Amino acid sequence: MRLLALVSAALLAGQRPVASAPLQPVVIGSKKFTESYVLAEIANRAMERSGLSTQLRPGMGGTIILWEALRQGAVTCYPEYTGTLREVILKPIDPATGMTSTSNVQQLRERLAPFGVGMTGELGFNNTYALAMRRQRADSLGIHQISDLKNHPDLPVGLSHEFMGRADGWPGLCSRYGLRMRNVRGTDHTLAYLALAKGEINIIDAYSTDARIAEEDLVTLRDDQDFFPQYQAVFLYRLEADPRVLKALRSLEGTLPERKMIQLNALAERTRDYSKAAASYFHERNPSHHHPLSANLARWTGRHLLLVGLSLSASILVGIPLGIWAGRPGGLSEIILGITGVVQTVPSLALLAVLVSIPMLGIGPQTAIVALFLYGLLPIVRNTASGLQDISRPVRESSEALGLEPRARLTKVFLPLASRSILAGIKTSAVINVGTATLAALIGAGGLGEPIISGLNLNDRALILEGAVPAALLALLVQTGFAFLDRLLIPKGLRLSGA
Amino acid sequence: MLDKLERDVFDSDVMETPQVPKGFAPPIELVGVSKTFDSVVALSPLDLKFEPGKTSVLIGPSGCGKSTILRLIIGLIQPTTGEIRFENQVLKPGNLLEIRRRMGYVIQDGGLFPHLTARENVLLLARHLHRAEEQMRARLAELCQLTRLSESVLARYPVELSGGQRQRVSLIRALMLRPEVLLLDEPLAALDPMVRATLQSELKAIFQHLRQTVILVTHELAEAAWLGDQIILLRQGAVAQAGPFDTLRDCPADEFVSEFINTQRKLGLP
Repeated sequence: MRLLALVSAALLAGQRPVASAPLQPVVIGSKKFTESYVLAEIANRAMERSGLSTQLRPGMGGTIILWEALRQGAVTCYPEYTGTLREVILKPIDPATGMTSTSNVQQLRERLAPFGVGMTGELGFNNTYALAMRRQRADSLGIHQISDLKNHPDLPVGLSHEFMGRADGWPGLCSRYGLRMRNVRGTDHTLAYLALAKGEINIIDAYSTDARIAEEDLVTLRDDQDFFPQYQAVFLYRLEADPRVLKALRSLEGTLPERKMIQLNALAERTRDYSKAAASYFHERNPSHHHPLSANLARWTGRHLLLVGLSLSASILVGIPLGIWAGRPGGLSEIILGITGVVQTVPSLALLAVLVSIPMLGIGPQTAIVALFLYGLLPIVRNTASGLQDISRPVRESSEALGLEPRARLTKVFLPLASRSILAGIKTSAVINVGTATLAALIGAGGLGEPIISGLNLNDRALILEGAVPAALLALLVQTGFAFLDRLLIPKGLRLSGA
Repeated sequence: MLDKLERDVFDSDVMETPQVPKGFAPPIELVGVSKTFDSVVALSPLDLKFEPGKTSVLIGPSGCGKSTILRLIIGLIQPTTGEIRFENQVLKPGNLLEIRRRMGYVIQDGGLFPHLTARENVLLLARHLHRAEEQMRARLAELCQLTRLSESVLARYPVELSGGQRQRVSLIRALMLRPEVLLLDEPLAALDPMVRATLQSELKAIFQHLRQTVILVTHELAEAAWLGDQIILLRQGAVAQAGPFDTLRDCPADEFVSEFINTQRKLGLP
């Protein structure tokens, strides 16, 4: 795996950021929701204006992924919230420090410094969590503040997964208010708005600067017991970054009051263009970042193919020898198949999160390639092993009695005989990889997942389809491609009959 | 018909000079060999010498150990005790490969590789060892004539061959590199009776022509009597009696031998 990482790192050299090298671009990350995208675009423009070369890595997934990426220098800066810093990042690292909701900016800075991370001043708005309902529904039930919910334990609640899991999210809220909601489920934040509009759920968690609160005529319930802490927006950055980075980021401090942020969020969602929102922040007319669909599609598809191609090649190079090994009689077979099988059961997002925390990997295509490589391994290993094990004893023994050495037996007899099974395994891996590679966008690896994830965030079906349709076509192409490969690679003698 | 065949074979000027083993040197010898599979005794300790240039037939009821002996000689399995000698060399992992290449081995269903044509099957080892293609082509033509196989059949894959053709190809593969010993494990058992009868006649002619050390395993007494210079009758992993067929028939060593021979003769032969 180390070798693979090196190989993919070498192949992708130039795209791999090294924060300390001055010629490398400044890498700006963002989480996968509108406001974070917009803030990253604004920072991007601020830096471009001061002559820095930048690279955007938008929509990189959750807090921990970004924090790890920042810590390792894979990203130079990203927008964060003080509440998240306290509750999600710093508290678990050292609970003894007694981070409280009142910890001020100076205290937070002191705690971040040991990680080589700095923090700008507040940008100007507090985007705290809130519970939101449709105005009409809230009025008819007489719900205005969170404590009113105690009388309505059966209302369906749809929560983002992060909010559901955080101590300062749902669990803490319930215990503070003594809520016993009976009908709570986790959904994607964007999908939750749709479900709310349809009435499938009545209550969602929302960010207080969310554009849709105004757009869709929602009300936020008053936090009558002051449960939600302050979530002041700031930028986190690498302390060793180019001083111009800090200068550009600090120029944003205090310039974004809540109303302004809601406007920008709304603009981004309406125009489905984050860079337009950023341009509006700087009062620019024509956003310079505009790619026609065909160019984007080529870029996404090219990257997607690169991810799948490299990972699949690695799976084949490692999987076939492992399968040969596992195909031999003895207990080793079970161990190898067991381990590769377990890898496959790890949910892809969890695997990505684990891999991102490995210092050599971090954020970016190399990590996605390693994850896809691991996923692609099992079908190839299993099919190689079973293809070899299915070779009949007379054939096996004839090749031995003929006087072929073990290596020649393998290459001239056994592997050709197992070729059908091995190819089927490679095909399975390829199809799995084409699908799973859409998740690579979550860790900034690009590919056809990029439009899917932005589309989900913008509630833009067309954008989702721009990624989903090519991905599906690619999977079909892989299927047909393998039908052709079958004819090419499976010896004719095996295709003549069911033999 | 046999006379005609032998004449064909021997008069043919493309045939090589019959391969006479140098000084009849390479007998295969089993010294104190026994074989146990998971505490089941397949062979009791046993001494056996196979005569050079002669056809020895291993025969006996199912499970008597006759195939086990062949598999020990070609090194597919290792003896539990004792040793196997080939030209006074003791078989061991270090020399197994080299010795196997000096033997030919044919099994019941031919053991042909299904992904290769008959020609590729036959030439696999020769090509792997980088033998001169020209010589191999001549050798192949010669063997096709010997086994009465049309060369056009060689372009087919094993699934496209009849049972008889498959065994002929398998025999050619075994003989390709002029082995000093030919091991045949029930080579005709899977064939229908008419094809089997034809091949039995042909095998006899081939053996006589090659004058090679042949060890044949069969469960059919008629085949053994027809092909074998020496018959080794096995019973439960031990030799019941060894000698020419006439001796076994006329002077059976014990009741098992006479019963085995009489039971099979009642079926009509010979």
